[in-house]
Amino acid sequence: MDLDAILLQVLNGLDKGSAYALIALGLTLIFGTLGVVNFAHGALFMVGAFCAVSLQKLLTISAITIDETKTDFLGNPLKVKTPYVENWFGEAIGQGIIDWSVPLAILLAIPVMLIIGIVMERGLIKHFYKRPHADQILVTFGLAIVIGEIVKASFGATEIQVPAPEPLSRVTDVGALLGMGDINVTYPTWRLVYFAFAMLVIGVIFAFLRFTTFGMVVRAGMADRETVGLLGIDIDRRFTIMFAIAAVVAGLAGVMYVPIKPPSYELGMQFLVISFVVVVVGGMGSLPGAVSAGFLLGILESFASTNWAKEIIPGIDQIIIYVVAILILLTRPRGLMGRKGVMEE
Amino acid sequence: MTFSKTTIGRRGLIKGGAALGVGLAAPTFFDSRSFAAAHSGYLNAPTGKSVTLGFNVPQTGPYADEGADELRAYKLAVKHLNGEGDGGMMNTMMIDGGKSALTGNGVLGKKVEYVTGDTQTKSDAARASAKSMIEKDGAVMITGGSSSGVAIAVQGLCQEAGVIFMAGLTHSNDTTGKDKKANGFRHFFNGYMSGAALAPVLEKMYGKERKAYHLTADYTWGWTQQESIQNATEDKGWETVQNVLTPLATTDFSSYVAPVVNSGADILVLNHYGGNMVNSLTSAVQFGLRDKVVNGHNFEIVVPLYSRLMAQGAGENVKGIFGSTNWHWSLSDEGSKAFVQSFGKEYGFPPSQAAHTCYVQTLLYADACERAGTFNPCGVVEALEGLEFDGMGNGPTLYRAEDHQCFKDVLVVKGKENPDSEFDVLEVVEVTPRAQVEYAPDHPMFAGGDLGECNPGA
Repeated sequence: MDLDAILLQVLNGLDKGSAYALIALGLTLIFGTLGVVNFAHGALFMVGAFCAVSLQKLLTISAITIDETKTDFLGNPLKVKTPYVENWFGEAIGQGIIDWSVPLAILLAIPVMLIIGIVMERGLIKHFYKRPHADQILVTFGLAIVIGEIVKASFGATEIQVPAPEPLSRVTDVGALLGMGDINVTYPTWRLVYFAFAMLVIGVIFAFLRFTTFGMVVRAGMADRETVGLLGIDIDRRFTIMFAIAAVVAGLAGVMYVPIKPPSYELGMQFLVISFVVVVVGGMGSLPGAVSAGFLLGILESFASTNWAKEIIPGIDQIIIYVVAILILLTRPRGLMGRKGVMEE
Repeated sequence: MTFSKTTIGRRGLIKGGAALGVGLAAPTFFDSRSFAAAHSGYLNAPTGKSVTLGFNVPQTGPYADEGADELRAYKLAVKHLNGEGDGGMMNTMMIDGGKSALTGNGVLGKKVEYVTGDTQTKSDAARASAKSMIEKDGAVMITGGSSSGVAIAVQGLCQEAGVIFMAGLTHSNDTTGKDKKANGFRHFFNGYMSGAALAPVLEKMYGKERKAYHLTADYTWGWTQQESIQNATEDKGWETVQNVLTPLATTDFSSYVAPVVNSGADILVLNHYGGNMVNSLTSAVQFGLRDKVVNGHNFEIVVPLYSRLMAQGAGENVKGIFGSTNWHWSLSDEGSKAFVQSFGKEYGFPPSQAAHTCYVQTLLYADACERAGTFNPCGVVEALEGLEFDGMGNGPTLYRAEDHQCFKDVLVVKGKENPDSEFDVLEVVEVTPRAQVEYAPDHPMFAGGDLGECNPGA
């Protein structure tokens, strides 16, 4: 395996790891603050992806004109659809707006996911705080199924394509980007954008928790909820907001992932199990652990899919994540950066 | 007592009544004997005024959209069989050179009713739903499916139970190869036929000196299609650089696509279907493969099995990409036109190839029952084996007796560059004649199975 191939798989791993890290970050935030094991978190990632789909559908709502020169499949005159945004702003600007619907969907996803997060926490999950983890898992897993079925009923079961903006859907010469002329690797530009976006979101969350008073109170609450409450601080309200922020993080991860993988209603479930493995490997309740485990497992999964890895151990690509999880939990039972006492009562 | 000038005595009344009784009973007596012969001695023989068919399609899971289209087609077929609607392909169907026995009066005078099951595209769930329809609902025939794994599993169950299985969308060679069964029939084409139809077109378009890299879904359909395409293209001079099996659950194909870039291949063959196809094609396009020049050739991607529903999911990425398909709504033969009109007026959009094959299978089964004069699976098998039919969208077609596989024209298609509508994503490049895709029943790719004997289940 040459340097180019290794770099290519590292980049692939960072991509996958970005999505795992963002979902696991949200899961850990919710678990650390509210003590809830949220199996609906993958569904939030999927809802975010469908915010991008919805915005694209909204932007392509069309006026219909009849083209008498062509016929449809029934032999009737063809109905030609022209998006209203093209009628209003001209073809070039209208097309440009539609083309940038994925980045624009971030503006839609933030309020939508905030509202969904608050409604979810206040409307359902708060009633399960004092219930066993098994109850929390059952109710949130049920919620994930309900959300999935609603999305399927609304958008169908087949994947929906929402491409990246045209200038970002090409490939980038990574060698030139890194100033290393001897590297001959090109990589999809949008995937590099996704990695950069994930790093930005992770950075913002860490800075928010580290450098704001709100974040300080939340961190204190995560360490000792009771004492913070005794100081007269309404920790429940802050934790509700943290739940909503975790929902936004998952939603944004979903929005930006749409050009990489066309979403279907199953997207959430596809990421859920692996994200839990990431959280466990990183250490329950540890935010840096979740992020580093996300990238680690993403890269390992990527290398396990290569032909030389599969020649050594056939089928390794299907089990690598779980093998690593077992090995880490055997040697470090609390995960890479787990704290003593979390999920140990 | 006097009613009129003619008096009817007690003795006369009894004599007349007896004569009338004998007269009325005679035809009933003869009818019931033939009725007993036609409707007994096999599993779920219908005894009332209706007959029940079981439609086993994916109603949940990743192929739910395709399953929904199959169900639409089945419902339309039932309407037509019961004399409702415009009759669709019943008006164009030709059996052994003559008109079909179907009249719109149900099947064998019995109203057609149906029950549905959800395969979830899982073999165990599909077998459970088929079993339930056979045992609880009394279904005399099971049909449907959008996966070869499921089709083979359900076909085996129907053989054991003793009902007919009319396969829906299943493209693995094994369905009518090593896993063929006497009670099972496939109208849909298979991997071998895709290779035989596609390879000459690919050679014509891309030349002989090509190096192909295969990504293959790791289950029965993927394996047999890959083998078929590899053989067919190597016969044309292509070299196969590598075949990489990808797990069915893969969602991000980037780590499988990335090595293709520096593999020396100048063609990528995606032996993927459904969500796998949408995702792998998206990754391949993202990695800029279609913009590369390798070995002095433009890099090309091939999707051997196309579905219009899946092509819609892949969006712009399918433009210019070659593949094959069983049928397409844009065909201009009378059968296709009748079906598209009928389906389009009923539902507002054109049918998929899955809908087409399911509709045709239902009519063929009904016609076979009519000609056999019974729903007995062994009678149906006899009526379908060696059947030549036409007017159903693929030209003159043979249901070969040796393996219960239909032989008919195959379509080579290409992603359309400038579609007129959301349904207009594929264009037919060539209608490959039936003779070009035929093979011997003992062809090595189909070897190892045994059709066995028909099982009437009782």
